[in-house]
Amino acid sequence: MMHGDTAPPGTEAPVFHESEEHPHEASTLLGFWIYLMSDCLIFTVLFATYAVLGRNYAAGPSPNDLFDLKLVAVNTAMLLFSSITYGFAMLEMENGQLKAMQLWLIVTGLFGAAFIGIELYEFSHLIHEGATPQRSAFLSSFFALVGTHGLHVTFGIVWLIVLLIQTAQRGLIPENKRRLLCLSMFWHFLDVVWIGVFTFVYLMGVLR
Amino acid sequence: MLSDPDLQKLIFGRFSLEDIPFHEPILQVTFAGVAVVGLAVLGVITYYRFWGPMWRDWITSVDHKKIGIMYIILAMVMLLRGFADALLMRAQQSMAFGENQGFLPPHHYDQIFSAHGVIMIFFVAMPFVTGMMNYVVPLQIGARDVAFPFLNNFSFWMTVSGAITIMISLFVGEFSRATWLAYPPLSGSDMSPGVGVDYYIWGLQVAGIGTTLSGINLIATIVKMRAPGMTMMKLPIFVWTSLCTNVLITAAFPILTAVLALLTLDRYVGTHFFTNDLGGNPMMYFNLIWIWGHPEVYILILPAFGIFSEVTSTFSGKRLFGYVSMVYATVVITILSYLVWLHHFFTMGSGASVNSFFGITTMIISIPTGAKIFNWLFTMFRGRIRFEVPMLWTISFMVTFTIGGMTGVLLAVPPADFVLHNSLFLIAHFHNVIIGGVLFGMFAGVNYWFPKAFGFKLDPFWGKVSFWFWTIGFYVAFMPLYVLGLMGVTRRAQHFDDPSLQIWFVLAAFGAVLIAVGIGAMIMQFTVSIRNREALRDTTGDPWGGRTLEWSTSSPPPDYNFAFTPRIHDLDAWSDMKQRGYERPREGFRAIHMPRNTGTGAVIAGLSVAFSFGMIWYIWWLAALTFVAMIAAAIFHTFNYNRDFDIPADTVVRTESERNSMLAAQA
Repeated sequence: MMHGDTAPPGTEAPVFHESEEHPHEASTLLGFWIYLMSDCLIFTVLFATYAVLGRNYAAGPSPNDLFDLKLVAVNTAMLLFSSITYGFAMLEMENGQLKAMQLWLIVTGLFGAAFIGIELYEFSHLIHEGATPQRSAFLSSFFALVGTHGLHVTFGIVWLIVLLIQTAQRGLIPENKRRLLCLSMFWHFLDVVWIGVFTFVYLMGVLR
Repeated sequence: MLSDPDLQKLIFGRFSLEDIPFHEPILQVTFAGVAVVGLAVLGVITYYRFWGPMWRDWITSVDHKKIGIMYIILAMVMLLRGFADALLMRAQQSMAFGENQGFLPPHHYDQIFSAHGVIMIFFVAMPFVTGMMNYVVPLQIGARDVAFPFLNNFSFWMTVSGAITIMISLFVGEFSRATWLAYPPLSGSDMSPGVGVDYYIWGLQVAGIGTTLSGINLIATIVKMRAPGMTMMKLPIFVWTSLCTNVLITAAFPILTAVLALLTLDRYVGTHFFTNDLGGNPMMYFNLIWIWGHPEVYILILPAFGIFSEVTSTFSGKRLFGYVSMVYATVVITILSYLVWLHHFFTMGSGASVNSFFGITTMIISIPTGAKIFNWLFTMFRGRIRFEVPMLWTISFMVTFTIGGMTGVLLAVPPADFVLHNSLFLIAHFHNVIIGGVLFGMFAGVNYWFPKAFGFKLDPFWGKVSFWFWTIGFYVAFMPLYVLGLMGVTRRAQHFDDPSLQIWFVLAAFGAVLIAVGIGAMIMQFTVSIRNREALRDTTGDPWGGRTLEWSTSSPPPDYNFAFTPRIHDLDAWSDMKQRGYERPREGFRAIHMPRNTGTGAVIAGLSVAFSFGMIWYIWWLAALTFVAMIAAAIFHTFNYNRDFDIPADTVVRTESERNSMLAAQA
């Protein structure tokens, strides 16, 4: 189909349509990637808000008084492990090993649940100490940023369970593989965001 | 309603019968009117047994053409509501001098100008623009639908849900009095404890989700689904402006979502993001909302620029002058639109350096825009110009928008802005660019693509009547506001003391009446055109001598748009095809794979209205229930793997041969 591009206008009629159907490349992964970037902007706003308001303690507690780095380190490890195990699940998916894939997916979900559990424990501890989101702008922006991340992980776990059911029902068909890839991107994206939260909120907070 | 206050609160939240505004005669009359018209419409639908077809062919449709048309219908209906607000404001301001308090008390007037702004931007301009892009982009790039057809349907119904939520506020409770951007602390729970701001928040939040998703959808469509041979520099210019607009949507609307969520937390949970106490900072809100808000105005204007480009080139019978510079100008505007937001609050006190930076970037953005004006002028130069209705709107736009652009550059000068900030001069400026730019562009687009969408042209006589009344009405309505603004009259005032100002407001009100006649003529245009549709019928598919791919298919296009995927060799593909003796294919048709309709989008969007209502009125059981139901419906939808079907080859053959014989009869 080369001739059309070279013919000068007005000479001969080139080919103006495709007689064969050729399927479009799947746009789902591109679309999902763009969605992730738009989601990333939501986190950008929350990070920016934390950067601006994060030192407005209003005579209340500061990060030094509140953050327990050991607990946060354990929590971070949970999420990082979950990313590695999701990677293992994807390798098994490529090999067509449904059972192994599901097993790694379950491990991933358990790590994610542990992460959420520890985060909820941390939140309840803070609130118990009087460090509520209503106490100061610092705490408002802290809870908004970390909480939004936590909500995303929770949503990811729900999605993971749905995919476990769907792969059990239909196996590794192309649609399911595509969905697993999307969740994979989502999961790693949350990991990257968490590295930002860990550095920016916790480490730099304690350094203040 | 109930004797036990706790039980009442549990069931109805903070809603009670007193919240229905029985004591407001204006609202009662409006409600009666809406109820009568609404019942009449429902009656007609029932009488003609139209419910089934409406559900099957429209509400559940994933066809980008139908969704585009529905977006534009939504925009037009909401235009009537927004314009009714405008008439009320103009009437109030033209009479409320000295002793006379007018007919709108302040608390009602404040709701009206807030609703006017919100409706005109979010539920008129946005659906208009999205509708145009939805309808035209896939046709112009030779695709059969958008990348994610179900998502498209869902996006549309989320936008409708937002509009419904805003409309409910008219009759249940009240709307926000905190202006169209709900600046805190005024929009905080201390200053606005009622439901008004909550209607605003949830209406925009739901519609905003739809907008973001449709932005992502159209980017993926333009990047992935172009016909073979259509490289980026062979894209029709409208597709380029749409691409840039959708990039802006995807990069700006999440910021709106986030900042509204933070305001929600301030109002519902008692956090301190934007409060004046405990470390909150209201200026943070100003910055964030305008980082969304300034790109938003380019989201609206860029597709209009695209429409004007298509119209100018078609009706001048020439290729667009300076296509490459047009593309670059569009991209430069896209980037610069993120570097100017602070000019909306020069008076915040950021200091001379910051204000200078944003003043200069704002002035720079007028350069690519000016380049576009020259490109259109040079396209017309020595062209064979046909003054059809779309072209008339375009010429009127070029004059009007230039004036609006110049007053914009004036406002970009920080010292001048300190004088004109918050004055009617600003109001005149942005109506000058939004009416003269966006709205005229959409009217040009409606007149231009209507024959493509429905198979018959719009009546030119009533189109011209509407055009002249709109154009003249616009100048009469807004030029007095420039004068008043220069005299220092501030915006949002419900009453004035100085009687010498009254004549200008009376003039402006007269202008609004002229625009009302223009809208009436537009309704007349549709009515007359539908009645005379046989005389106005377009059997060629190419009524204007168009240059881009959408004119190569029939009017209206078949469900699948193109029987064969077109192959593109040149910019202005259809013009190229006509020039080089393109023959329509007559055989070799095959079955066409298409997405299946689904009701999930409409169901989730409907639930989101109930969810919003529950949140607004603190009816927590309703909010929780509908939230869970929305998630469940979404998950349930993913269990349906049977999402496509084939249009059989027979059907394609039949459709195409009908069109061939129609074209043969022409020749």
